[in-house]
Amino acid sequence: MKNLSLIIFAAILLGSCGGGSTSASDQNKETPATVASDGTNPSYDPHRGEGKFTKVDIGATLDASMADAGKKIFDVKCSACHKLTNEKLVGPGWLGVTSRHQPEWIMNFITNTDEMINKDPAAQAQLEICLVRMPNQNLSDDDARHLFEFMRRNDGVK
Amino acid sequence: MKSYRNGLAILVAIAAITGFNACKPKNASSAVSGDAAAKAYVAPGKYDEFYNFVSGGFSGQLAVYGIPSGRLFRTIPIYSADPESGWGYSEETKPMLNTSHGYIPWDDSHHSELSQTNGEIDGRWIFVNGNNTPRVARVDLSTFRTSEIIEIPNSAGNHSSPFITSNTEYVVAGTRFSVPPDNVNGDVPINTYKKNFKGTVSFISVDKATGNMKVAFQILLPGVDFDLAHAGKGPSEGWFFFSCYNSEQANTLLEVNASQKDKDFILAVNWKKAEEYLAQGKAQKVTTKYAHNVYDEKSHSATSTIETEVNVLDAKALADMCYFIPCPKSPHGCDVDPNGEYIVGSGKLAALIPVFSFAKLQTAIAAKDFEGNYDGIPVVKYESALYGEVKKPGLGPLHTEFDGKGNAYTSFFVSSEVVKWNVKDLKVLDRAPTYYSIGHLCVPGGDSKKPSAKYVIAYNKITKDRYLPTGPELTQSAQLFDISGDKMQLILDFPTVGEPHYAQACPADLIKSKSVKFFKIEENTNPYVSKGEGETKVVRKGNRVDVWMTVIRSHITPDNIEGIKVGDEVYFHVTNLEQDWDIPHGFAIKGNNNSELLVMPGETQTIKWMPDKVGIMPMYCTDFCSALHQEMQGYVRISPAGSNTALLFSTGKNVPAADSTAK
Repeated sequence: MKNLSLIIFAAILLGSCGGGSTSASDQNKETPATVASDGTNPSYDPHRGEGKFTKVDIGATLDASMADAGKKIFDVKCSACHKLTNEKLVGPGWLGVTSRHQPEWIMNFITNTDEMINKDPAAQAQLEICLVRMPNQNLSDDDARHLFEFMRRNDGVK
Repeated sequence: MKSYRNGLAILVAIAAITGFNACKPKNASSAVSGDAAAKAYVAPGKYDEFYNFVSGGFSGQLAVYGIPSGRLFRTIPIYSADPESGWGYSEETKPMLNTSHGYIPWDDSHHSELSQTNGEIDGRWIFVNGNNTPRVARVDLSTFRTSEIIEIPNSAGNHSSPFITSNTEYVVAGTRFSVPPDNVNGDVPINTYKKNFKGTVSFISVDKATGNMKVAFQILLPGVDFDLAHAGKGPSEGWFFFSCYNSEQANTLLEVNASQKDKDFILAVNWKKAEEYLAQGKAQKVTTKYAHNVYDEKSHSATSTIETEVNVLDAKALADMCYFIPCPKSPHGCDVDPNGEYIVGSGKLAALIPVFSFAKLQTAIAAKDFEGNYDGIPVVKYESALYGEVKKPGLGPLHTEFDGKGNAYTSFFVSSEVVKWNVKDLKVLDRAPTYYSIGHLCVPGGDSKKPSAKYVIAYNKITKDRYLPTGPELTQSAQLFDISGDKMQLILDFPTVGEPHYAQACPADLIKSKSVKFFKIEENTNPYVSKGEGETKVVRKGNRVDVWMTVIRSHITPDNIEGIKVGDEVYFHVTNLEQDWDIPHGFAIKGNNNSELLVMPGETQTIKWMPDKVGIMPMYCTDFCSALHQEMQGYVRISPAGSNTALLFSTGKNVPAADSTAK
């Protein structure tokens, strides 16, 4: 697992990730997730990302209780690597993240991290800067939604 | 005349040597046929069909292999401290190795037994005995970690253990070295064995839901050596059978003195009857001391409790509970067939295998068909309990497993072979040599109601020339035979950890889907957990310093600590913040005469460090975790005892500005 991650990581760094890059976590999957040689996948929606979230309902105003729940998760699972400013720590700072990405993209990325890093051009570009693959922190769907609300508050939504 | 004699002696010697060699195949590889490699081959990335849990013998641990590949997956630390993981060194795990003698970081593990429901392996737990300081351990097969260890009172040498009843109601423990019980003065001459030494068999109850163990009762028995055991099942449900040797009650040179009698015994225990006596209050409450250690997967820490009392049922005073069945020549294996009707004894020095019938035993007991008694326990007549004998099976039968198709496989130490025979007609069907000196053997599920009769695995005591030499100390080994056809076919040799004694195997499907991938950090109740870097801190109380620390790819928080002094006791409470499979982090600090740590995702473990030198000591992650694993490091500054260096801790903040003051 560790070695496989490394190999995939190395392959991405070398920019030679053309096809055959299989999911590291599931040996039973028959069809490998292929990636086009230029790093883009024509069937892939870079706004939505890859994962279970296709449409996230976002309120016009902030849901404070959701944001509070998100803050608790941030403290335990995210704050070791992400600052709430725009300063990079291990990963990028969170300030402005909700304007850089769609809610679906963010929630897919934080719940389906490995696959997104293997496929998504924006995630791969970020990896070239950070050089550390974001760990999958095993967030539930609710966790992901709460974190997104916390990100909105961090970005000034009232 | 003299030269003639010498010549004769040489001739005899040559004949003996060639005769001896002729008993063994000329070339070990000749025993392997063409398709063996394909049968044992598991392609890269593919899973084995069976788990094989092999007792680590003198290593005190349990090794987990895949079958048919023979690949070693893990060695689970049980009785022996394991500095690579911190087992027995971390504050959380040290209580697991506590005993009435204090902390004992080693043992001699002999046998493993998988838990069963309705006589079939259920894949929940595996039990392992400690022969030295008598103990029984329970390993949880969702985490592959030791969850519980219980010491056995009134015992020395827990050998006939940890065999279980069909619904894991009880796991048993039987005394190998009889000794004076704990509550009497043991300061007696050794040659008063017959008068003062006693044996016990203990029934440890296992909670259905949690697996928690408790010594429910012990049965007080004459002083002999209890060796192996198996529970009845089906018609013999409610009974337990223990082999024993040294019915001579010798206390010295047992090699000779415990081999005098033609027959020793199998002890048949009616444990349902014992339960009745216990419920009727017939047990004596005996004062003693034994440790009961439990590991909690939420707090990731163990507690050790010293128990002070045990229920003892006297087999001599309480009728209808225990019977001896004569069994030839120091029996070892005591194995019950899948249908529960036949009990196979294996006399280590015998040249036949006696097979007892449970139905005949019951008839004999009802008719009081006894040849007498042994120290007050009735002895059933051999012929009255005997179903039949397997004639000339080999030399030195040790242990028998079953294929569920009516056949038995018995290991023979002296003649170094596995012999297949039919349980019904007692005819030998096949024999295969082993390299060398097989002890136990294992058919997956071979002591349950439902064996998976695809393989038999031989566990050999001696390897000699089988592997590349490694000096005087050689590997131990297992050998895998395909038993799907009429004839056994050797398909693989594989080395094992420690001396393999008893082993168990079961279909991987019973276990693999239940495997825990990480511990949920939200559920971590360790008093020193840091749920996020915001909770990390360093607190001094006198000379005790507690460091609440987190690790995540790829940094330690805090990674700069100052204000530690020589003479301090520093406790690093390391929480792994990762929530993904296969991302443990290690923790190590220079000069720690304790151990390193391996911390699983979501877990907290604590290692104690007593800094002894002034200076800067690096700390770092020892388990390669990411591309920046080599960067996962930090420093601790140690000042002289009594100095005033301020207590400081940080990560990513203690930048060169602080250095400028030193210039």
